[in-house]
Amino acid sequence: MTNAPLLQAADIAVTLDGRSVLHGITLAVQAGEIISIVGPNGAGKTTLLRALLGLTDLSAGRVTRAADLRIGYVPQKLNLDPLLPITAGRFLALWGDFIQAVASTGAEHLLNTPLAKLSGGELQRVLLARALIGQPQLLVLDEPAQALDLAGQRELYDTLAKVRDITGCAVLLVSHDLTLVMRKTDRVICLHGHICCQGKPEDVSRDPAYAALFGPHDTSFAVYHHHHDHDHHHH
Amino acid sequence: MTTIITDLPDFFLRALLAGGLLALLTGPLGCVLVWRRMAFFGDALAHAALLGVALGLLLELPILPAVLILGVLFAVAFSLLSLRGDIAHDTLLGILSPTALALGLIALSQLPQVRIDLNSYLFGDVLAITQTQLITLAASASIALLTLRLLWGGLLQLTIARDVAQASGAPVRRLELAFLLLLALVVAVGVQLVGVLLLTALLIIPAATARRYAKTPEVMAVLASLCALLASTLGLFASLYWDIPAGPAMVACASALFLLSRLHKD
Repeated sequence: MTNAPLLQAADIAVTLDGRSVLHGITLAVQAGEIISIVGPNGAGKTTLLRALLGLTDLSAGRVTRAADLRIGYVPQKLNLDPLLPITAGRFLALWGDFIQAVASTGAEHLLNTPLAKLSGGELQRVLLARALIGQPQLLVLDEPAQALDLAGQRELYDTLAKVRDITGCAVLLVSHDLTLVMRKTDRVICLHGHICCQGKPEDVSRDPAYAALFGPHDTSFAVYHHHHDHDHHHH
Repeated sequence: MTTIITDLPDFFLRALLAGGLLALLTGPLGCVLVWRRMAFFGDALAHAALLGVALGLLLELPILPAVLILGVLFAVAFSLLSLRGDIAHDTLLGILSPTALALGLIALSQLPQVRIDLNSYLFGDVLAITQTQLITLAASASIALLTLRLLWGGLLQLTIARDVAQASGAPVRRLELAFLLLLALVVAVGVQLVGVLLLTALLIIPAATARRYAKTPEVMAVLASLCALLASTLGLFASLYWDIPAGPAMVACASALFLLSRLHKD
């Protein structure tokens, strides 16, 4: 990880409607790294993603990308008017050759379904397949687990880990909270307008800044243990 | 059939052709408009066109370029004002549309004698189309259709997943502007021939009618064109046989087709 980062944010700030949403954010995404952003509602998680993607104007700082960086973005939802008839397959074809991408996300059976008729989980799968078209170096996912049950989340995280291992792309995703963070996360960034703390998941969960945001970690961390069969020792 | 067609007067054949050419354009353009929830944009542009006509007459400029320039200015103003994203498109159009209409009417009031009557502004005079106007229409239609064909995939990406397209590096703002300019061209050419109401009607009603019968965006665009073609042809014949105004007859036919599409069961 000594290479130049794929994406770098230097002391960025975002103000929306006169309200400061993000400030003093400095972070770098290295190739192949899996980063989870956690934070309470209104912490600016989605805004941070949008700022990194160049979808929101910065009020300070700057975002630098590696030259010709290929980004695959998976939004929370689409803005599809019901008057637009289009199947998932036709939608994917708009972005290029999708055969491989569809196979690696298990979305083959959805190709003939109208885009508007997909369930939350199915849409997620199709949007992930879309993001994989063109072999991105960086995958960015906005709360991908939101529409999924626990089994679905595990499946999604397995897929992401597999894609990372095969293609070496970096993954940047937003999670609800630490209890549902992807197990293979290399780094957790705890966000609340600024970066409160960051590090490996087990370190962040013990950080006082994290506890201050989400309350005592013991109860929630027990859930994390239970569902993910995590193997480090509970103190 | 041949005898029926050769028996028809020339002006009527020109009107049929004009309706057909316009239908080719308004089908796919209208679809993109409704998909992007910009149904009122054509309407607003047509109001801007009135301002163009008025200014053209006042300053003694050729009408078509004046209308086109106004349309382009309107499209640019709309796109700049919508950049911040804090006003919904329909609200913004609800502001710009009456503004353009009001300014147009003020400009018209400054003319020594009003040489444009409101009736022809609303419904145009499709039966009075000249050979030259028809050629202009055909040329504009070819350019517009070709451009639309080139932009099509990008427009669909933009319409369904704007953020995704932008994050992958697509030139979304240029694409949006290109679409608005294209629309401005069609309105500038179309509004003189068929008027504001008919133009909006031919953009929106066929697209809404075609939705039920289409499974892909392309099929919907083609069906919308066919539907507009049918409406304009039926309307023209109705106006010929029953001696009713052509423009309103075409709108009424388009609406009748829409109602039919709603009535029958799947």
